[in-house]
Amino acid sequence: MPPVQSAPVADRPKISPLELFLAFSQLAMSGFGGVLPWAHRTLVERKGWLTQREFVDTLALGQLLPGPNIGNMAVMIGYRFAGYAGAAAAFAGLVTGPFLLMITLGLLYNRYGTLPLVQQALSGMSAVAAGLVLATGLKMSASMKRRRRPWLFALLALAGVGALRWPLLLVVGTLAPFAIIAAWRRDS
Amino acid sequence: MQEVDLPALGMHFAMLSLMAIGGVGSILPDMQRYVVEANHWLSASQFADAYALGQAAPGPNMMFVTLLGWQLAGWAGAVVSTLAMIVPPIFLTLAVTRLSANNPDAPAGRAIRGGLGPIAIGLTLASGWILAQSADNDWRGALLTLATVALMLRTRLNPVWLILTGAIAGMSGII
Repeated sequence: MPPVQSAPVADRPKISPLELFLAFSQLAMSGFGGVLPWAHRTLVERKGWLTQREFVDTLALGQLLPGPNIGNMAVMIGYRFAGYAGAAAAFAGLVTGPFLLMITLGLLYNRYGTLPLVQQALSGMSAVAAGLVLATGLKMSASMKRRRRPWLFALLALAGVGALRWPLLLVVGTLAPFAIIAAWRRDS
Repeated sequence: MQEVDLPALGMHFAMLSLMAIGGVGSILPDMQRYVVEANHWLSASQFADAYALGQAAPGPNMMFVTLLGWQLAGWAGAVVSTLAMIVPPIFLTLAVTRLSANNPDAPAGRAIRGGLGPIAIGLTLASGWILAQSADNDWRGALLTLATVALMLRTRLNPVWLILTGAIAGMSGII
Protein backbone atom coordinates (compact mmCIF):
# COMPACT_ATOMS: atom_id res chain seq x y z
CA MET A 1 0.00 0.00 0.00
CA PRO A 2 1.60 3.25 -1.08
CA PRO A 3 1.76 5.97 1.58
CA VAL A 4 -0.07 9.24 1.19
CA GLN A 5 2.56 11.65 -0.05
CA SER A 6 3.09 14.43 2.38
CA ALA A 7 5.08 17.26 0.88
CA PRO A 8 7.04 19.56 3.21
CA VAL A 9 4.62 22.05 4.67
CA ALA A 10 6.33 24.99 2.98
CA ASP A 11 5.77 23.51 -0.51
CA ARG A 12 2.03 23.12 -0.15
CA PRO A 13 -0.18 25.75 -1.66
CA LYS A 14 -2.51 27.42 0.85
CA ILE A 15 -6.06 26.38 0.04
CA SER A 16 -8.96 27.64 2.13
CA PRO A 17 -11.87 25.43 3.22
CA LEU A 18 -14.16 27.55 1.04
CA GLU A 19 -12.04 26.86 -2.05
CA LEU A 20 -12.07 23.14 -1.22
CA PHE A 21 -15.86 23.21 -0.77
CA LEU A 22 -16.37 24.93 -4.13
CA ALA A 23 -13.93 22.70 -6.04
CA PHE A 24 -15.50 19.49 -4.71
CA SER A 25 -19.05 20.80 -5.30
CA GLN A 26 -18.16 21.51 -8.87
CA LEU A 27 -16.53 18.16 -9.59
CA ALA A 28 -19.34 16.22 -7.89
CA MET A 29 -22.02 17.88 -9.99
CA SER A 30 -20.04 17.44 -13.23
CA GLY A 31 -19.56 13.75 -12.55
CA PHE A 32 -22.13 12.09 -14.74
CA GLY A 33 -21.28 8.39 -14.82
CA GLY A 34 -18.60 8.58 -12.14
CA VAL A 35 -16.87 11.40 -10.30
CA LEU A 36 -13.30 10.12 -10.52
CA PRO A 37 -12.40 11.39 -14.03
CA TRP A 38 -13.67 14.84 -13.04
CA ALA A 39 -11.73 14.75 -9.80
CA HIS A 40 -8.59 14.06 -11.77
CA ARG A 41 -9.32 16.82 -14.26
CA THR A 42 -10.06 19.39 -11.55
CA LEU A 43 -7.45 18.54 -8.91
CA VAL A 44 -4.47 17.57 -11.09
CA GLU A 45 -4.94 19.25 -14.46
CA ARG A 46 -6.86 22.45 -13.78
CA LYS A 47 -5.95 23.48 -10.23
CA GLY A 48 -2.60 21.72 -9.90
CA TRP A 49 -3.25 20.95 -6.22
CA LEU A 50 -1.94 17.40 -6.58
CA THR A 51 0.68 15.76 -8.79
CA GLN A 52 -0.21 12.70 -10.85
CA ARG A 53 1.59 10.49 -8.34
CA GLU A 54 -0.13 12.05 -5.33
CA PHE A 55 -3.50 11.54 -6.99
CA VAL A 56 -2.82 7.83 -7.61
CA ASP A 57 -1.50 7.27 -4.08
CA THR A 58 -4.53 8.97 -2.56
CA LEU A 59 -6.84 6.91 -4.76
CA ALA A 60 -5.12 3.65 -3.78
CA LEU A 61 -5.61 4.35 -0.10
CA GLY A 62 -9.18 5.55 -0.76
CA GLN A 63 -9.98 2.24 -2.43
CA LEU A 64 -8.68 0.21 0.48
CA LEU A 65 -10.88 2.02 2.99
CA PRO A 66 -14.62 1.45 3.22
CA GLY A 67 -16.91 4.13 1.84
CA PRO A 68 -17.00 5.85 -1.53
CA ASN A 69 -13.46 6.17 -2.97
CA ILE A 70 -14.02 9.76 -3.92
CA GLY A 71 -15.38 10.55 -0.46
CA ASN A 72 -12.28 9.12 1.18
CA MET A 73 -10.13 11.12 -1.24
CA ALA A 74 -12.03 14.32 -0.37
CA VAL A 75 -11.33 13.75 3.34
CA MET A 76 -7.63 13.06 2.76
CA ILE A 77 -7.10 15.95 0.36
CA GLY A 78 -9.10 18.41 2.44
CA TYR A 79 -7.25 17.39 5.61
CA ARG A 80 -3.92 17.77 3.89
CA PHE A 81 -4.50 21.34 2.77
CA ALA A 82 -6.61 22.74 5.60
CA GLY A 83 -6.81 20.26 8.49
CA TYR A 84 -10.14 19.11 9.93
CA ALA A 85 -11.99 22.14 8.55
CA GLY A 86 -10.63 21.34 5.10
CA ALA A 87 -11.68 17.68 5.34
CA ALA A 88 -15.18 18.71 6.41
CA ALA A 89 -15.42 21.37 3.69
CA ALA A 90 -14.26 19.09 0.87
CA PHE A 91 -16.62 16.31 1.93
CA ALA A 92 -19.56 18.67 2.39
CA GLY A 93 -18.90 20.07 -1.09
CA LEU A 94 -18.90 16.58 -2.51
CA VAL A 95 -22.26 15.51 -1.04
CA THR A 96 -24.42 18.65 -0.71
CA GLY A 97 -25.30 19.07 -4.38
CA PRO A 98 -25.96 15.37 -5.02
CA PHE A 99 -28.03 15.19 -1.80
CA LEU A 100 -30.41 17.93 -2.98
CA LEU A 101 -30.51 16.42 -6.44
CA MET A 102 -31.53 13.04 -5.01
CA ILE A 103 -34.33 14.65 -3.03
CA THR A 104 -35.55 16.32 -6.23
CA LEU A 105 -35.49 12.98 -8.02
CA GLY A 106 -37.40 11.45 -5.10
CA LEU A 107 -40.09 14.13 -5.35
CA LEU A 108 -40.41 13.56 -9.10
CA TYR A 109 -40.49 9.80 -8.61
CA ASN A 110 -43.29 10.01 -6.03
CA ARG A 111 -45.25 12.29 -8.32
CA TYR A 112 -44.69 10.66 -11.70
CA GLY A 113 -43.22 7.26 -10.83
CA THR A 114 -46.47 5.43 -11.44
CA LEU A 115 -47.08 6.83 -14.95
CA PRO A 116 -46.79 3.96 -17.44
CA LEU A 117 -44.21 5.76 -19.59
CA VAL A 118 -42.02 6.53 -16.56
CA GLN A 119 -42.38 2.94 -15.35
CA GLN A 120 -41.22 1.70 -18.74
CA ALA A 121 -38.26 4.09 -18.76
CA LEU A 122 -37.30 2.99 -15.24
CA SER A 123 -37.47 -0.69 -16.13
CA GLY A 124 -35.08 -0.09 -19.04
CA MET A 125 -32.78 1.98 -16.82
CA SER A 126 -32.78 -0.69 -14.10
CA ALA A 127 -31.84 -3.40 -16.57
CA VAL A 128 -28.89 -1.25 -17.70
CA ALA A 129 -27.92 -0.37 -14.11
CA ALA A 130 -27.75 -4.08 -13.25
CA GLY A 131 -25.46 -4.59 -16.24
CA LEU A 132 -23.23 -1.71 -15.10
CA VAL A 133 -22.74 -3.32 -11.69
CA LEU A 134 -22.03 -6.74 -13.18
CA ALA A 135 -19.50 -5.22 -15.59
CA THR A 136 -17.76 -3.39 -12.72
CA GLY A 137 -17.45 -6.68 -10.82
CA LEU A 138 -16.05 -8.42 -13.90
CA LYS A 139 -13.55 -5.61 -14.57
CA MET A 140 -12.38 -5.77 -10.96
CA SER A 141 -11.96 -9.53 -11.27
CA ALA A 142 -9.41 -9.08 -14.08
CA SER A 143 -6.88 -8.26 -11.35
CA MET A 144 -7.00 -11.78 -9.90
CA LYS A 145 -7.04 -13.80 -13.13
CA ARG A 146 -4.26 -16.25 -12.55
CA ARG A 147 -4.60 -17.51 -9.01
CA ARG A 148 -7.13 -19.92 -7.58
CA ARG A 149 -7.54 -18.84 -3.95
CA PRO A 150 -8.84 -15.31 -4.60
CA TRP A 151 -11.46 -16.76 -6.93
CA LEU A 152 -12.55 -19.17 -4.22
CA PHE A 153 -13.17 -16.28 -1.80
CA ALA A 154 -14.94 -14.24 -4.49
CA LEU A 155 -17.22 -17.17 -5.32
CA LEU A 156 -17.97 -17.91 -1.66
CA ALA A 157 -18.92 -14.25 -1.12
CA LEU A 158 -21.07 -14.28 -4.26
CA ALA A 159 -22.81 -17.51 -3.20
CA GLY A 160 -23.36 -16.52 0.43
CA VAL A 161 -24.71 -13.04 -0.20
CA GLY A 162 -26.09 -13.33 -3.75
CA ALA A 163 -27.56 -16.83 -3.91
CA LEU A 164 -28.23 -17.77 -0.26
CA ARG A 165 -29.05 -14.16 0.80
CA TRP A 166 -27.26 -14.49 4.11
CA PRO A 167 -26.51 -11.24 6.04
CA LEU A 168 -23.35 -9.47 4.90
CA LEU A 169 -21.90 -9.26 8.41
CA LEU A 170 -22.09 -13.05 8.78
CA VAL A 171 -20.56 -13.79 5.37
CA VAL A 172 -17.78 -11.18 5.48
CA GLY A 173 -17.11 -11.79 9.17
CA THR A 174 -16.53 -15.47 8.40
CA LEU A 175 -14.60 -15.11 5.14
CA ALA A 176 -12.46 -12.02 5.84
CA PRO A 177 -10.16 -13.50 8.54
CA PHE A 178 -9.34 -16.53 6.37
CA ALA A 179 -8.86 -14.36 3.28
CA ILE A 180 -6.54 -11.92 5.07
CA ILE A 181 -4.49 -14.71 6.66
CA ALA A 182 -4.18 -16.43 3.29
CA ALA A 183 -3.03 -13.19 1.65
CA TRP A 184 -0.61 -12.56 4.51
CA ARG A 185 1.00 -16.03 4.28
CA ARG A 186 1.33 -15.79 0.53
CA ASP A 187 2.93 -12.37 0.89
CA SER A 188 5.55 -13.21 3.50
CA MET B 1 -45.45 -1.96 3.35
CA GLN B 2 -44.60 -1.51 7.02
CA GLU B 3 -43.70 1.46 9.22
CA VAL B 4 -40.00 2.30 8.89
CA ASP B 5 -37.92 2.00 12.07
CA LEU B 6 -35.50 4.92 11.53
CA PRO B 7 -33.05 4.28 14.41
CA ALA B 8 -32.71 0.64 13.35
CA LEU B 9 -32.24 1.70 9.73
CA GLY B 10 -29.56 4.21 10.74
CA MET B 11 -27.69 1.63 12.84
CA HIS B 12 -27.81 -0.95 10.08
CA PHE B 13 -26.59 1.47 7.40
CA ALA B 14 -23.82 2.77 9.71
CA MET B 15 -22.66 -0.82 10.22
CA LEU B 16 -22.76 -1.46 6.46
CA SER B 17 -20.91 1.79 5.70
CA LEU B 18 -17.80 0.37 7.38
CA MET B 19 -18.00 -2.75 5.20
CA ALA B 20 -18.34 -0.91 1.88
CA ILE B 21 -14.89 -1.87 0.60
CA GLY B 22 -14.64 -0.97 -3.08
CA GLY B 23 -17.77 1.18 -2.99
CA VAL B 24 -21.49 0.73 -2.66
CA GLY B 25 -21.46 -2.43 -4.81
CA SER B 26 -20.31 -4.63 -1.96
CA ILE B 27 -23.10 -3.63 0.43
CA LEU B 28 -25.97 -3.32 -2.03
CA PRO B 29 -27.09 -6.94 -1.55
CA ASP B 30 -27.41 -6.49 2.19
CA MET B 31 -29.20 -3.13 1.86
CA GLN B 32 -31.69 -4.84 -0.42
CA ARG B 33 -32.03 -7.83 1.93
CA TYR B 34 -32.59 -5.54 4.93
CA VAL B 35 -34.97 -3.04 3.33
CA VAL B 36 -36.92 -5.30 0.99
CA GLU B 37 -36.80 -8.88 2.24
CA ALA B 38 -36.34 -8.65 6.00
CA ASN B 39 -38.49 -5.56 6.72
CA HIS B 40 -40.75 -5.14 3.65
CA TRP B 41 -40.31 -1.35 3.68
CA LEU B 42 -39.96 -1.19 -0.12
CA SER B 43 -40.67 -3.56 -3.00
CA ALA B 44 -37.77 -5.05 -4.97
CA SER B 45 -38.70 -2.93 -7.99
CA GLN B 46 -38.83 0.30 -5.94
CA PHE B 47 -35.34 -0.54 -4.70
CA ALA B 48 -34.10 -1.19 -8.25
CA ASP B 49 -35.74 2.07 -9.44
CA ALA B 50 -34.00 4.07 -6.72
CA TYR B 51 -30.67 2.55 -7.65
CA ALA B 52 -31.19 3.20 -11.38
CA LEU B 53 -32.21 6.84 -10.79
CA GLY B 54 -29.19 7.33 -8.52
CA GLN B 55 -26.91 6.02 -11.25
CA ALA B 56 -28.38 8.40 -13.81
CA ALA B 57 -27.60 11.49 -11.69
CA PRO B 58 -24.18 13.11 -11.20
CA GLY B 59 -22.32 12.65 -7.92
CA PRO B 60 -20.82 9.71 -6.04
CA ASN B 61 -22.68 6.40 -6.64
CA MET B 62 -23.11 6.07 -2.89
CA MET B 63 -25.52 9.02 -2.88
CA PHE B 64 -28.34 6.79 -4.06
CA VAL B 65 -28.81 6.04 -0.34
CA THR B 66 -30.26 9.56 -0.05
CA LEU B 67 -32.95 8.65 -2.55
CA LEU B 68 -33.48 5.31 -0.83
CA GLY B 69 -33.90 7.04 2.54
CA TRP B 70 -36.28 9.57 0.98
CA GLN B 71 -38.38 6.73 -0.39
CA LEU B 72 -38.39 5.08 3.04
CA ALA B 73 -39.25 8.05 5.27
CA GLY B 74 -39.11 11.44 3.53
CA TRP B 75 -36.68 14.11 4.74
CA ALA B 76 -35.88 12.31 8.00
CA GLY B 77 -35.17 9.10 6.10
CA ALA B 78 -32.94 10.90 3.59
CA VAL B 79 -30.91 12.63 6.29
CA VAL B 80 -30.58 9.56 8.55
CA SER B 81 -29.58 7.14 5.80
CA THR B 82 -27.14 9.58 4.18
CA LEU B 83 -25.40 10.46 7.46
CA ALA B 84 -25.28 6.80 8.55
CA MET B 85 -23.66 5.87 5.26
CA ILE B 86 -21.07 8.66 5.04
CA VAL B 87 -20.05 9.65 8.58
CA PRO B 88 -18.42 6.43 9.92
CA PRO B 89 -16.05 6.07 6.91
CA ILE B 90 -14.99 9.74 7.30
CA PHE B 91 -13.67 9.10 10.81
CA LEU B 92 -11.98 5.89 9.74
CA THR B 93 -10.33 7.68 6.81
CA LEU B 94 -9.11 10.50 9.05
CA ALA B 95 -7.65 8.00 11.52
CA VAL B 96 -5.90 6.05 8.77
CA THR B 97 -4.62 9.23 7.11
CA ARG B 98 -2.93 10.21 10.35
CA LEU B 99 -1.52 6.71 10.93
CA SER B 100 -0.32 6.05 7.40
CA ALA B 101 2.03 9.03 7.53
CA ASN B 102 3.93 7.10 10.24
CA ASN B 103 3.75 3.57 8.78
CA PRO B 104 4.14 3.70 5.03
CA ASP B 105 3.62 0.44 3.14
CA ALA B 106 2.89 -1.72 6.20
CA PRO B 107 2.59 -5.43 5.26
CA ALA B 108 -0.66 -5.62 7.25
CA GLY B 109 -2.18 -3.09 4.85
CA ARG B 110 -1.16 -5.17 1.85
CA ALA B 111 -2.55 -8.38 3.39
CA ILE B 112 -5.85 -6.72 4.25
CA ARG B 113 -6.21 -5.33 0.74
CA GLY B 114 -5.16 -8.64 -0.85
CA GLY B 115 -7.63 -10.55 1.30
CA LEU B 116 -10.61 -8.22 1.09
CA GLY B 117 -10.26 -7.46 -2.64
CA PRO B 118 -11.65 -10.81 -3.87
CA ILE B 119 -14.51 -10.63 -1.34
CA ALA B 120 -15.44 -7.15 -2.60
CA ILE B 121 -15.45 -8.53 -6.16
CA GLY B 122 -17.76 -11.42 -5.22
CA LEU B 123 -20.10 -9.00 -3.42
CA THR B 124 -20.19 -6.63 -6.39
CA LEU B 125 -21.15 -9.49 -8.70
CA ALA B 126 -23.83 -10.50 -6.18
CA SER B 127 -25.22 -6.92 -6.38
CA GLY B 128 -25.45 -7.09 -10.15
CA TRP B 129 -27.14 -10.48 -9.92
CA ILE B 130 -29.74 -9.26 -7.40
CA LEU B 131 -30.46 -6.06 -9.34
CA ALA B 132 -30.85 -8.06 -12.54
CA GLN B 133 -33.34 -10.38 -10.83
CA SER B 134 -35.61 -7.50 -9.85
CA ALA B 135 -35.07 -5.48 -13.06
CA ASP B 136 -35.24 -8.13 -15.77
CA ASN B 137 -38.82 -9.33 -16.05
CA ASP B 138 -38.27 -11.36 -19.20
CA TRP B 139 -35.60 -12.34 -21.74
CA ARG B 140 -35.60 -8.86 -23.30
CA GLY B 141 -34.59 -7.23 -20.03
CA ALA B 142 -31.93 -9.88 -19.52
CA LEU B 143 -30.65 -9.21 -23.04
CA LEU B 144 -30.37 -5.49 -22.29
CA THR B 145 -28.42 -6.29 -19.10
CA LEU B 146 -26.07 -8.60 -21.01
CA ALA B 147 -25.61 -6.05 -23.81
CA THR B 148 -24.69 -3.45 -21.18
CA VAL B 149 -22.10 -5.80 -19.68
CA ALA B 150 -20.59 -6.45 -23.13
CA LEU B 151 -20.44 -2.74 -24.02
CA MET B 152 -18.90 -1.80 -20.68
CA LEU B 153 -16.20 -4.48 -21.04
CA ARG B 154 -15.36 -3.66 -24.66
CA THR B 155 -15.77 0.11 -24.96
CA ARG B 156 -15.07 3.23 -22.90
CA LEU B 157 -18.56 4.67 -23.27
CA ASN B 158 -19.81 6.92 -20.48
CA PRO B 159 -22.36 4.82 -18.52
CA VAL B 160 -24.82 7.72 -18.61
CA TRP B 161 -25.39 7.13 -22.33
CA LEU B 162 -26.22 3.49 -21.65
CA ILE B 163 -28.71 4.44 -18.91
CA LEU B 164 -30.32 6.92 -21.32
CA THR B 165 -30.48 4.21 -23.99
CA GLY B 166 -32.14 1.92 -21.44
CA ALA B 167 -34.75 4.61 -20.68
CA ILE B 168 -35.49 5.06 -24.38
CA ALA B 169 -35.64 1.30 -24.96
CA GLY B 170 -38.09 1.04 -22.07
CA MET B 171 -40.32 3.92 -23.21
CA SER B 172 -40.46 2.70 -26.78
CA GLY B 173 -41.73 -0.67 -25.53
CA ILE B 174 -38.72 -2.64 -26.78
CA ILE B 175 -38.28 -4.22 -23.37
